[in-house]
This record gives sequence, structure tokens and C-alpha cells, in this order.
Amino acid sequence: MASIITENQVQAAESSKLIMTPSPHIKDSISTKKIMLTVSAALVPTILASVYYFGFRALVLTVVSVLSCVLFEYLFTILTKREPTIGDCSAVVTGIILACNVPVTLPLWMIVFGAFIAIVVVKCLFGGIGCNFANPAATARIFLLVSFAGHMTSWVAPLRGAMESIAGATPGQIIRVMGVDMVASATPLSGKMEQLPSLLQMFLGARGGSLGETCAIALLLGGLFLIYKGIISWVIPVSTLGSIFVFALLFGANPFYAVLSGGAMIGAFFMATDYSTCPVTDKGKAIFGIGIGFITMIIRSFCSYPEGMSYAILLMNIITPHIDSLTITKPFGAVFAQKTE
Amino acid sequence: MSFLQKTMKGAKIGHFKNTENCPSTAMPIPKEVCISMSQHMGPPCTPAVQKGDAVKVGTLIGDSTAFLSAPIHSSVSGTVTNITELVTANGSRTQVVIIETDGQQTVDESVKPPVIENHVDFVKAIRASGLVGLGGAGFPTHIKMNPKNLSEVDTLVVNAAECEPYITSDYRTIIERSGDVLDGIAAIKKYVGITQVKIAVESNKPQAIELLRRLTEKDPSIEVCSLNAIYPKGAEKVAVFETTGRVIKEGMLPSDAGVIVNNITSTAFIGQYLRTGMPLVSKCLTVDGGAIKEPKNVIAPIGAHFSDVIAFCGGYSCTPKKLMMGGPMMGILLFDDTYPVLKNNNAMLAFDESQTKVEPEQACIRCGRCMHACPYHLMPRQIELASQNDNLELLDKLKVMLCMECGSCSYVCPAKRDLTFSNKLAKQKLRAAAKK
Repeated sequence: MASIITENQVQAAESSKLIMTPSPHIKDSISTKKIMLTVSAALVPTILASVYYFGFRALVLTVVSVLSCVLFEYLFTILTKREPTIGDCSAVVTGIILACNVPVTLPLWMIVFGAFIAIVVVKCLFGGIGCNFANPAATARIFLLVSFAGHMTSWVAPLRGAMESIAGATPGQIIRVMGVDMVASATPLSGKMEQLPSLLQMFLGARGGSLGETCAIALLLGGLFLIYKGIISWVIPVSTLGSIFVFALLFGANPFYAVLSGGAMIGAFFMATDYSTCPVTDKGKAIFGIGIGFITMIIRSFCSYPEGMSYAILLMNIITPHIDSLTITKPFGAVFAQKTE
Repeated sequence: MSFLQKTMKGAKIGHFKNTENCPSTAMPIPKEVCISMSQHMGPPCTPAVQKGDAVKVGTLIGDSTAFLSAPIHSSVSGTVTNITELVTANGSRTQVVIIETDGQQTVDESVKPPVIENHVDFVKAIRASGLVGLGGAGFPTHIKMNPKNLSEVDTLVVNAAECEPYITSDYRTIIERSGDVLDGIAAIKKYVGITQVKIAVESNKPQAIELLRRLTEKDPSIEVCSLNAIYPKGAEKVAVFETTGRVIKEGMLPSDAGVIVNNITSTAFIGQYLRTGMPLVSKCLTVDGGAIKEPKNVIAPIGAHFSDVIAFCGGYSCTPKKLMMGGPMMGILLFDDTYPVLKNNNAMLAFDESQTKVEPEQACIRCGRCMHACPYHLMPRQIELASQNDNLELLDKLKVMLCMECGSCSYVCPAKRDLTFSNKLAKQKLRAAAKK
């Protein structure tokens, strides 16, 4: 029916326009930003512990890392003429975790370089959030390690609560202590036991190491909070730490030291659980976690490399797509046609 | 693996059962009704009346010879003023019979209680009543009651889960018409040869559960099952699994698992029809949403325009931004409020601006929430990717055809992706490929 439509009618139609969208018409209040902010909140105890043990510079490193991660992502989206994505706050999480993975003595420009690797090379060039095939922070840690091996393995003794032989040195004085992963591989029978931090010190974080990896209790608190909030699944932390424990036993290392040392705790709770780079199904997650534990313990027990966890996460990241395609779910009531060949 | 788990997955959604204490009230007969010839799953009916014919309440005005169909009756007395076409909510066209009402509501002479002696009579009577599944799908009930493997069907699942937010019309049926419900159950038991009855109610309706348990405590064959209120418990396969532990396999009907599933309001209608013989001419709707002045449960004649129903609820309190038939999880949006009430409508929602925030889609972060929310363990994100890449083989492997479009995946997605919609598209792609 042809009819003459006046301007008023058009305006009335515009204002009373009904929205047409596909169902459902209500949605959960969860958002990517909320998830990322929750993860950041879960890392707060770890940041506080790092400041407690390593001093104010730990906070400076963290802030620089976060700012440079956010800035790199912003610049990348501007230069490539995309919608800025920094609003989802995922760069903040990457920044915090990256800072957790470096020693307190690292020059600031190096962490900015690390942030560049994590955000631009690993994340943005592969398509941004959800598309990166490897964990940005783990990859950046490895990048920094192979580029600046000296700086990245300059573990300093903690300011507080360290064992006597080290605490004898002036607090804050930079001394090189044994690489933490090598600590883990030392067996109790090797006679070096008295030089190692006690299990309690390991648990509380009073040992040398990267900023965020030493204080197991802070990581545990944050990790349990994330599991409680439903942000991460328990499968990856349990399978990763469980398999580290078991393989440590098999390889003749002290399993408790193995779980508490190096990047095991932060890796299991905060890095291996990165959504983009871990399998989606629970079965896939279990395979992934066990793989990480196995590779970590192989590196720690049989290689002279100081860091096992990051390599293990990176290697398992790479085979995640294959784990995913092998572990697709069996839907409810599904009938699969028998192959007739 | 799913055989071992007790309850199925889903989405934890708000219930918004604002109208649960609003008794259903009949609206006044509108000046005009518009009765669609397509009110059931299956081919539409052909009008059995002509322009100018006088009709009464219960007069047959549309029927079809197709197997999957149910007749349509006039909900009012008056005169047929036109037989025309209507663009339905899904964009297709269907014939409609427009009737100008005389306000008398004279009942047709043919309306009398059916005489039923056996199963054949029962199925015939149910067909004549025009009953279709009132839970939403609109599957003709007489076909359900006449399964091919009649002797193997031993269980009736009465679906009163009402898992969609806002809707309370089934709840009102339980509270107000429990006698009809029990009569309906008794009739189905008697004529279809059912030995056990499960009434599925979501745990968010404790009064309904308590009432039904009290009424059925003397009958050991009837069990009232309280289902954990995680959406979508009212989905047919979910309700059957939760109440009986039986799995309806891909491509199968409930009867293949020995089960008949009937909505509680449909069951109550059977009870009422056997007593009065009045075919399906009215429907209780929940009218709610931020843009409705007085949300309530309305008994509306089939074919009443939504605008008339909403006028009975005090009209709009503000400009509506979304009008929908059904609940907010699976409801279909309407172009305008002249759309008529259909048999299988159970709600009419008008959302205001604050309820219709359109959030832009963001990149998937692979969190896996969609997969964990899917009651059928499908992988919506993987389906979305396979569909984008036109990987039909993978779509088939991911079993997208099982998707019932319940909306749980879209609901939980933190990146606000329309995964349910992409599932629908993927199903369409597979159907198109199968036709070639």
C-alpha cells in the first residue's frame, strides 16, 4: 500500500523503533573485562609479596610492565587502524604476569622490551586476544632469558626471612644465589640440603627468584580465588602440579621442592590457565597439565637450563590445537555413523 | 559419560517470576480477532469458512489433511470479515481468518464432551480438540498420544519446569487448575497405557511442588520431580533425562525412549476438554517486561491482537524497545504489536530501553563457558569457527544438528557473541547441503 509518509511520522517511527536481535534477549553480566580484572585482583597478593620480599623496585617493575603492555596494545591497534581493545584489560594481566616472571634487578628497558614481545609479537600480530597460540608472558620470559641470560638469572636474596647464610649479607645487597630451578633439581642426598631454603621458607616465598614466583602461599590464595570465582578450572593447576610432584618422585627429586620452586606455582595457576592457549575441554586440560609437568621435570632433571616451566608451557601451547581437535566432546544423545568401508 | 551425571549442565539465569502471584484473569473479548492458520508444527491449515460466514465459539474454521497438523477453531462468536495473509514473526506468510466479534460468545452446537471408550477414540478426540504442545513448540498432541510403538511407551513426563524467565502461566495452571491436571493425567494413563508419571517442576516453584505432591501422595505411580533450577530444565530431552534417566538419542522421538512428554497446561487442557468438549480457543499468557504497566497473567482468546492484550494490562508504561512472544531466552521478536495470540504462546514480553542493551560482539577469548553451559555438551565456539569456514564435515562431527537453540551459550558468553544464532546458521548450512 503506497501512502504518503510525513516527516513527523518518520520521526515517530524512529523513536518507537523496535530492536530486532536473535534470542536470547537477556545476557549474563560477565564480560571479558570483568574476567581480566578478577585475574588482576587475584595477582594482588603476589604483587604485595614481591614488594615485601624484594623491595619497592618490584612495584616499579610491575607498573612499568603493565603500562608498557597497555601502551603497546593501544599503539598497535591505532597503527593498524583497528578498534582499540585495551578496554578489555587483558594487557594489564599480561603486564602483571610478565613482571612476575623477571628478577627484581632487571633493567627497566628490558621489561619494556619484554612487553613488546608479549603484546606486539606474540599477541597482536597473531590476531589479538584469543588468537595468540602461545602464552605472551611465558614467551616473553623465554625471549628475555635467551637475550639477556645474565640479567634474567641474577636472583637476589629476599630482604626478609631468608636463610641465615644469605641473610648474613646486608639486606638488599645484590648477591647471586642459586637459580631456583636448579635448587629444585638438587636432591636431598647431594649434601647441599643445608644451603637450601627450608620448605616453609619456600612456601612463604623467602627465597631468591623472579618477582612473582617465590611466594607460593600468595599464588595459592590467588589461584583458589580464581577457581572459586569460576574464572579458571581446577583441572590445569591440579594436573600440572600433580604431575610435577609425581615426576619429581620418579626422577628422584624432592617433590615438595619441585612443586614450590621455580615458576611451577605461578605457571600452574596463572600462565598455563590462559584461556587462549590451553585446551577447552576438561580432558584436554588434563592432558595439557600432565604434559607441562612432564616437560618441566625433564628440563629440570636432565638439562642444565635454569627455567623449565616457561618452556613446558610454551611447548604445550603449541600442541594445544591438536589436543583440542582430539578431545571434542561427545554430545548428549549423539549417534555417530558407523564407518562402512 | 553423561549417563552417570545426575543433573545436566546449563546456565544460571535470573528467574524474574514477577507475576507468579497474579491469578490468571480473562480479558474482555476484543472487537476483532485474527486467527492464524499456522499454529502448529507442520503444514498450515486451510480455512474452512468464507468471508461473511457467521461463526460461534468452537466452530471449526481451519483444518488440514496433513499428518502433522491440528484443526483450528474460532475463539469468538461473530462474522468472518476477511481471509487474508499475515507476515509471521519469522518472515514467512500465512493465511489468517479475521473475525469481527459480536460480544455474545455464543457456543457452537458441536461443542459437547467427547465419548471415549478406547485409545483410538482418545486420539481422535485430542485431534478434534485442536490441541498442540502448549509449552512453545506447538507439536500436535494427538500425534504424541499415538506413537508407533504404543506398547513400549510406559512413561508420561508432564513438563511443568517452566524454565524460561518471566513466564508463570504454567505455574498458575498448577495452582489454579490442579483438578484438570490430574484429570488429564488420569485420561492419558488410562487410554495410552501409561504405568508411571513424572511431573517435572523446577525447584524455584516450591508451592507448586508441595501442592502437586499433596494431591498425588496416594498414587504411587505419580512422582513429582523437583529439578534443580538451572536453565533449560524444561527442554524435552533434558526433562526426560532428569526425571527418568533415559536418553533420547539423536533423531529420535521421546516415544523411542518409551516416554510421552506433555506440557502441564496441555495436560490440564485434556482434562478440561474431556469434561466440557470446548476445543482450544483461549490461552493463558504471562504479560510482563519493563514496558508493561500492569504485568499479569491474562487468559486471551486465540487470535487476539497483542495490542488488545497489552491494553488490558494497562498499556505501555514507556516506549517498548523489544516485543517478544515467549520467554527472553528463546522468544521470537515481533515487528509490531498487532500480531495475534497463537495457541502455543505462553508469554508476551515488552522490554524497555534498560532491558535491551545491545552489546557489540568482541573477540572470543576461548574461555569455554559456552561449552560448559551447553546442556548437550556441544562446542558452540568450535561450531561458529567451522561454520565461518564452511567446514560442513566438521559441523557434522560437532553435532550442531542436536542444538535446540536454548540460548545458554549466548547467555554466558563474556565476549557477548551470538553463539546461538551462529548455531542456527550452521544448522541451516547443513540442511541446505543435505538438500543438494
